[in-house]
Amino acid sequence: MSMINLTINGIPCQTEKGTTILQAARNNGIHVPSLCHLKDIHKYGTCRICVVEQVGAKNLQASCMVEAQEGMEIYTHSERVRKARKTLYQLMISDHNKNCLSCLRNQDCELQALGRELAVQDDPYGNDEQPYQGVIDVSESITRDTTKCILCRRCVTVCNEIQSVSVLNAQNRGFDTKITPVTGLKLGDTNCSFCGQCVAVCPTGALSSTIHEDRVWKALESHKHVIVQTAPAVRVAIGECFGLEPGTIQTGRMVAALRQMGFYRVFDTNWAADLTIMEEGTEFLNRFATVLDGGEACLPMITSCSPGWVKFCENHFPEQLDHLSTCKSPHTMMGAVIKHYYAKKLGLNPEDMFVVSVMPCTAKKSEIARAEMQNDGLPNVDAVLTTRELGDMIRAHGINFLNLPEEEFDNPLGQSTGAADIFGTTGGVMEAALRTVYEIITGRELPFPNLHVSPIVGLEEIKEATIKLENVKPEWSSAEGFEVKIAVTSGLRGARKLMEQVEAGTSPYHFIEVMGCPGGCITGGGQPRTFHINETRKARMEAIYREDEGKPLRKSHENPDIKAFYEDCAGEPGGHWSHEYLHTHYVKRGLFNEMTDENFVVEKD
Amino acid sequence: MSLSLENLTCNCDHGSTDEEKYALIGQMIDAYKDKEGSLIQVLHAAQEIYGYLPLELQKFIALRMNKPLSEVNGVVSFYSFFSTKERGEHTIHVCMGTACYVRGAQKLVEALEDKLGVAVGEVTPDKKFTLDVARCIGACGLAPAVMVDNDVHRQVQPSGIDAMLKQY
Repeated sequence: MSMINLTINGIPCQTEKGTTILQAARNNGIHVPSLCHLKDIHKYGTCRICVVEQVGAKNLQASCMVEAQEGMEIYTHSERVRKARKTLYQLMISDHNKNCLSCLRNQDCELQALGRELAVQDDPYGNDEQPYQGVIDVSESITRDTTKCILCRRCVTVCNEIQSVSVLNAQNRGFDTKITPVTGLKLGDTNCSFCGQCVAVCPTGALSSTIHEDRVWKALESHKHVIVQTAPAVRVAIGECFGLEPGTIQTGRMVAALRQMGFYRVFDTNWAADLTIMEEGTEFLNRFATVLDGGEACLPMITSCSPGWVKFCENHFPEQLDHLSTCKSPHTMMGAVIKHYYAKKLGLNPEDMFVVSVMPCTAKKSEIARAEMQNDGLPNVDAVLTTRELGDMIRAHGINFLNLPEEEFDNPLGQSTGAADIFGTTGGVMEAALRTVYEIITGRELPFPNLHVSPIVGLEEIKEATIKLENVKPEWSSAEGFEVKIAVTSGLRGARKLMEQVEAGTSPYHFIEVMGCPGGCITGGGQPRTFHINETRKARMEAIYREDEGKPLRKSHENPDIKAFYEDCAGEPGGHWSHEYLHTHYVKRGLFNEMTDENFVVEKD
Repeated sequence: MSLSLENLTCNCDHGSTDEEKYALIGQMIDAYKDKEGSLIQVLHAAQEIYGYLPLELQKFIALRMNKPLSEVNGVVSFYSFFSTKERGEHTIHVCMGTACYVRGAQKLVEALEDKLGVAVGEVTPDKKFTLDVARCIGACGLAPAVMVDNDVHRQVQPSGIDAMLKQY
């Protein structure tokens, strides 16, 4: 690596050749304010807040775009720079909706923080008569408010380049420019996957999840039995809402907080993740056995836990839906079990139950609105809170999170194995399935150190592995010597690549795991926002594996409460009860939703 | 790179039915879709053939070019040349540049709205005229100026509107 020398604010600095001036400054501990720039994600140079003065250059330079050169002399806070930044900021807020005090990003807004940093104290370009214009567009998952958009285009980058969904883009020009789906369409009526990656990077209140906090407060105050469940990825991120480092495991305090908030039972979606492995593993084994015996079954089978991925597949690959596992996602399975099994055990009317899922996900909000996610006329799940929303509610409840004692989940739907924990990270669902499936076929434990299928652990876009089946059990003799090829991807761009193979009939795989968000649920669209996405993702992933390794049981089929559930209620995986309550079907939607009448638009109140 | 309608076989003045028009646009796209930056030319040609670019046609173009609809719509909505509304046989552009404005362009627009019975941006019921305004067309010496299709009309007064329109 070759280094170059430059001076910043009179201080001699070194930086790697090829870095931008902004990075060079930050690497040397010199702060330069920026707004649209987002490390590892978005480099666009649109807001120009990071301008710096370069001696000898006529114009100020956007430091996020210009490469540092040998001998450069840079000033990051000269009078000229400070004046320019202030003017840029004032122009940006001139048509910005300034209801900051009642904005959900109040005190958590990058634009607001920047104004404070630049010591902006007036709004000379604002127009009192026509303060701002825009639209509010509410879908089941995501709410857009263009009056708060500053056109930074981070969302456009993640939607187009990272997720390849390409719903959001700049439309019109000049003052009329809006970041929006195609003119006139509402987000809920497009091919949006609702992954929420746009929400996770939005610096202001322009993009948010569609908040379910009120639904939950109301339910908690009603006569209903309000039961909550939490996804595996929430416990390694909720601490960040209270100032803890990414990857701090907060399972016990989270449970304690939920109990203090008045939930009737605090259950663990992980229990349902173990259940999912039983159902999905069985489904894979059935399809696999059929093919081994010369029959026809749809392979590769693809996981269906991620509703963002499911919607993407329905929109972009509507003719390939038979490849999806018919399993519902774990939290909707849990909802069905609570209302149609647990209610009976307690002697409660399921209509008097209200199920809340705390999820790292925005797509799960529209998932619960789907017609398929109800049984006997009742929705499986009544409200979905994101991790961020739970953080808000804990604070609003006056709970001192960091002082809480650690508590345990309620039973019987609270005990889980390590296999369920890793559902929260890319590669985890596949590894959990293999821990069970391999053992069923061979009678032996999965032959990897510490049960981790190392080729599919990590944050690469597409990972693959081959598992050779040897010395199988007699009933699986037709599988002897068979090499099972698996692939794992996270992020919809990777999913698109694998699906193009499936569509062309060239996919070499038998089993594929897809998670809609890069890295999996740990960096889902509902997780706490971060400026250090790669580092945060890694820290949360490591925490997930730590949680797994700390469990006495590491394989879903060893969960005693799952065994008891099948004995008591469902009979066997893939049986009649399961098909009624735990499995689903999919809707062909097409790229423009032309194949269905269903949409996810919520009219503004 | 340029796209040319003449390269394509068409016996029927760009086709007369929607199907024929779509087929012709499809041929254009297939010939040029793999060339980088051809979207704008394709949209030009499509508007030439179809008259305007309604959302359905944008979807057709997006699918056929294997581009996101949001990108196609982004280009269509960026350039004022492209229209998503049906256009009249002739387009009237009243220049609203500074010189024309101070010499009565606003009154002229109001008179035209009155005469044609439509607002700016709309098409007359008989589909003969689309009324639009333009920023400076560079004919300040002729202010107030009006363009009808490619003809520039000089020093148009509200009283001269009838005479101007009669020519079309």
